Amino acid sequence: MFDRIWCMIVKEFLQLRRDKYARFRLLVPPIIQMLVYGYAATFDVNRVPIAVMDFDHSQESRDLLSRFTFTGRFEVAKILSNEQELKSLIGRSDIPMALKIEPGFAELLRKGQTAHLQVIVDGTNSNTALIAVGYVNQIAGQFSQDYARDRLNQMTPALAAVVPQISLEQRPWYNPDLNSQWFFVPGVIGSITLMMVVTLTAFAIVREREIGTLEQVMVTPIRPFEFILGKTIPFFVVGLADVILVAVVGTLWFQVPFRGNVLVLLLGVVLFLLSTLNVGLLISTLSSTQQQAFVLGFFFLNPAFTLSGFAFPITSMPKAMQMITYVDPLRYFLVILRGTFLKGVGLDILWPQMLALALLTSVLMLISVARFHKSID
Amino acid sequence: MNDVPSIVVDKLVKRFGDFTAVNQVSFQIRSGEIFGLLGPNGSGKSTTIRMLCGLLTPSSGSATVVGLDVARQAEEVRQHIGYMSQKFSLYNDLTAIENLQFFGGLYGVKGRALDERIAWAIKMSGLAGSEQLLTGELSGGWKQRLALGCAVLHRPQVLFLDEATAGVDPLSRRQFWELIHEMSREGVTILVTTHYMDEAEYCNRLALIDQGLIVEMGTPTKIKQTAIKGDLLLVECSPLGGGLAAVKQAPGVLEASVFGAALHVVVSTGRQPLTELPAFLAAHDVRVGRIELISPSLEDAFVSLTGSRALGSESYQ
Repeated sequence: MFDRIWCMIVKEFLQLRRDKYARFRLLVPPIIQMLVYGYAATFDVNRVPIAVMDFDHSQESRDLLSRFTFTGRFEVAKILSNEQELKSLIGRSDIPMALKIEPGFAELLRKGQTAHLQVIVDGTNSNTALIAVGYVNQIAGQFSQDYARDRLNQMTPALAAVVPQISLEQRPWYNPDLNSQWFFVPGVIGSITLMMVVTLTAFAIVREREIGTLEQVMVTPIRPFEFILGKTIPFFVVGLADVILVAVVGTLWFQVPFRGNVLVLLLGVVLFLLSTLNVGLLISTLSSTQQQAFVLGFFFLNPAFTLSGFAFPITSMPKAMQMITYVDPLRYFLVILRGTFLKGVGLDILWPQMLALALLTSVLMLISVARFHKSID
Repeated sequence: MNDVPSIVVDKLVKRFGDFTAVNQVSFQIRSGEIFGLLGPNGSGKSTTIRMLCGLLTPSSGSATVVGLDVARQAEEVRQHIGYMSQKFSLYNDLTAIENLQFFGGLYGVKGRALDERIAWAIKMSGLAGSEQLLTGELSGGWKQRLALGCAVLHRPQVLFLDEATAGVDPLSRRQFWELIHEMSREGVTILVTTHYMDEAEYCNRLALIDQGLIVEMGTPTKIKQTAIKGDLLLVECSPLGGGLAAVKQAPGVLEASVFGAALHVVVSTGRQPLTELPAFLAAHDVRVGRIELISPSLEDAFVSLTGSRALGSESYQ
């Protein structure tokens, strides 16, 4: 039995050694993806170009507007004199946001009344819009607070001294600068591994079926589970090497801290690899051509990615969607990755994720071995 | 050759949904015999072989190979059989020697025995000096002999060849058959499927199979004798279609069909067809060219037995 499995493993590595394209595919795209995701996948809203329409031309209006550029979140790209121009700017997506101050802004303030700052946002990208509007709120709020205090100071300094104020102190744990690279880089390690391993294994058995070698092998005394083991162990080894490569490049390049225990992460990696290998196997047994495997793989990978919590928080999804996320191996692995990298937590916290991956692996393995028996027929 | 049956097939049936691919097929093959399943594509030959190898489970009926039940003891059966199909399913990205080592390993041949068998297979396939070439770079005939080498590394008692010579040049096919005969002399039982007539002639016994049913079984000579009940004539005429229609009306004609550019006509014995037919056809505005008595081929036998459009052997590829 071990002889036969060993025989398969040797064969797989011989084939891999000859396959220049596979070697390229294992090395280059993961690193490129790591770099692309690391730089591009970000929710940070920085240097948003804005247009301003100041119809008041007062000291107050200039003061308020200057606060926007001061934070570095916004850059005044255009100063407009009418709203017609604004329409075409937003229509062409040149500018996602504009600020408008009506005449009489300063006068209202000086009278102690409510003055308006109008914000026009391109809502097509609702996320960026939301974040940008949040910053606008903060800046405007601060302005109004400062203005009120100044006036109070001028009028009755004694009163100003006793007006209470609440100041907000932010303490983001684990990622004090709220650097979104820190959030994404560990996630990218998970998603690249998922993509890599599922496609590799999904194609591996289908290819043998297509060229007829599967049949030739199945008439030898090898048992189906020996064949499957011999076929998957090499991909496990390759997958493991790939995870390590991507993880090392990602953490060194993007300076993401690793605060946890390497062995805990390694256990998570092993369990995750096993579950993704089995997803690939299942796809293999469900398809009779590489093309079918490709379509099925795509059909799995896309939702697996979306529902994993890689970018979109699972807690915000509808309940029914949340149920589906429980069968997504990436969901658990992301918690393990972020837990070990950023939070430095150990098995005492992460054991439910480990257990879930182990269960998922066992169920998938049972299904794919059963399917494999049938698919030979 | 002895009389111990090596393969016993009893009322074997394989259904795929509503379609019956193999229908109540029964035959026995003695040790060392070369037995051929002859029939057109889709007639159930390959399905039969695949059941005997344990690649497919029979829907009903039973079969034993070297005394082992193919459905219940599939794994033991595989230790004793060699299988080679039309696709020469070797790994093209492994070298000849790596393929041999791989299959040898799967069959549990190891150590000195493996070295010896590999040396034998290299010599047999004429690959000496090319062991390190990638299998994908070998020509069809070499690949085929290498595949045979891989299939018999473990000295199986039974060898299944499923259209194993399809797509190989005639010279390589001849060499291949010499190897098959040699193994048969050593006592290996060989079951082949083919649609090549010349290959069918190499078999000790044949079963003609059509739409999942065995229509005739016996030695090639006996099949030809029993299938054609009369004299067989080759008739070249024009127009061909008109000639066929007319000749079927001629007195004494039992059956007629188109073979290539001519007609094959079976006439009941004791008539004078060489003089009668040209006269009859001329009266029906059919111009007769060559007309002569010929000895029946297996294809004639097949057409006569099934009434179907032959095996179309030469039109394949």
